[in-house]
Amino acid sequence: MAAEVKLAVRGAGKRYGEMDALKDCSLDVAPNSIVSIVGPSGCGKTTLLWSMSGLHGLTSGEVLLDGRRITGPHPDIGLVFQEANLLPWRNLMDNILFPFEVKHQKPDHGWIAHLLERVGLTGFEKNFPNELSGGMQQRASIVRALSLRPSVLLMDEPFGALDAFTREEMNQLVEEIWMETHTTIVFITHSIEEALFLSDKVVVLTPRPGRVLNTYEVPFERPRTMEIMAGKEVYDLTYRIKADIYGQSRMQARAAE
Amino acid sequence: MTDTATRDSEVVGGRVGKGLQSLSSFSSGQTKLEILAIIATAVVVIGGMELALLWFEVPQYVLPRPSEIVVALVGDFHLILPHLGHTLVVLFSGFAIGAGIGIVLAAVITQFPFAEKIIAPYILILVTTPMLALVPLLILRFGFGYEPRIIAVALASGPMVMINSATGFRRVDANKIALARSYGASTLQIFWKIRAPMALPMILVGLMIGAIFGLLTAVGAGMVGGGFGLGNRLTTYSSMIQMPQFFGVVLILSILGILIYVTFYLIGKKWASWEA
Repeated sequence: MAAEVKLAVRGAGKRYGEMDALKDCSLDVAPNSIVSIVGPSGCGKTTLLWSMSGLHGLTSGEVLLDGRRITGPHPDIGLVFQEANLLPWRNLMDNILFPFEVKHQKPDHGWIAHLLERVGLTGFEKNFPNELSGGMQQRASIVRALSLRPSVLLMDEPFGALDAFTREEMNQLVEEIWMETHTTIVFITHSIEEALFLSDKVVVLTPRPGRVLNTYEVPFERPRTMEIMAGKEVYDLTYRIKADIYGQSRMQARAAE
Repeated sequence: MTDTATRDSEVVGGRVGKGLQSLSSFSSGQTKLEILAIIATAVVVIGGMELALLWFEVPQYVLPRPSEIVVALVGDFHLILPHLGHTLVVLFSGFAIGAGIGIVLAAVITQFPFAEKIIAPYILILVTTPMLALVPLLILRFGFGYEPRIIAVALASGPMVMINSATGFRRVDANKIALARSYGASTLQIFWKIRAPMALPMILVGLMIGAIFGLLTAVGAGMVGGGFGLGNRLTTYSSMIQMPQFFGVVLILSILGILIYVTFYLIGKKWASWEA
């Protein structure tokens, strides 16, 4: 039986001048699942995600959403950036309403109010980004991305700039939001711990040019407790993913000698 | 109670801007004590001048006492007022033309980096050459009316506005533009909703400097062009050795300069405070 696929990357390649950022990269994202993409720095993770969002095209291959080829930004795909990427001259509410303004759409205020409460930002609507902490800013940017009810949420190392504790809180928040909305999420991260906590599937990319090296199923029940996360299965998975990533860079180092 | 002002401006996270920082360091929340100190200092400085000039018997034609300046200014204000009006007309129309063209040119030219590089030296020449130098030439061509002065003010303020606005428009944040594009924003929407607000703090800095340069040129043109305007009053009063009136006009010019500064400071505080 063919597994259902929400978002598919088929033979994706991206060249910048003489350099291949991605080469023959393929992966499937099942509907309502969370897939994390990890890999060494500069392996084309962000390039891959921006291609999936339709923000830039591919040199070869294609991205399919529900079987249809993506050729540009798609209303069904929400994007959360590295750092919150809020517009500093707009207050929090005006930032969240920005997508509706651009699209000339009437915002669903009830849903936005619910999301704000969900992430604990009720009462901060009139605050400007520079009055909020990094974690609060990133929570606002998640609300902005979810306010349009996308069926796919792409997150590009969203918590990389946050401290470890805030990061864990944010991971739990993403899990809670997922349990409520079951939005398909593709999550890019440097943190194996974060990937294993959040994902149904972890995809490990090779160094540049990025290709899929390995994929790991992460079949634990949700919500994922500290006990699960401290268990042997998680430990083993962490070890194998690390071996994948560090093995690669060691091989590179050897090849360079 | 006294530290509420500083508390209000406390910032959690976020980045500290540069553009209007110099503007905001001034008058950002004063306590009663500070206001009192400011008034006391003013009284000491002005009163001290008055007493010193009296004590050393400095003749009026060298430096009039503050009280004499105020008396002359109040007494002859009806004579100075029309000239103030002329200068304001020259300043406002010249500045509006120069600033308008400057902002539009900056917005357009920054979209074409290649063309910008080629034009840059000429803009720099316009910025650094005192436009006052052109006034005699402009008078030959346009006569002694408003036109040569308005053109000179526009030429002095426009390049200033343009060079600063261009710096603002050049500050492209790829992530913010990507954000807008991810929601399907058009080029025009990206300009109005991302590029323009991002450039605004620098545009305001340009407008302020441009307006001050415009004032300078308006007064200078009045001194060269003769006939009317505050610049003309300065040459007339000094040639007639009416020093209290002369300094009265200087005082008006200082107040105009401060008004320009405060106006743009307040606009910046309202519309560009996210960066300050």
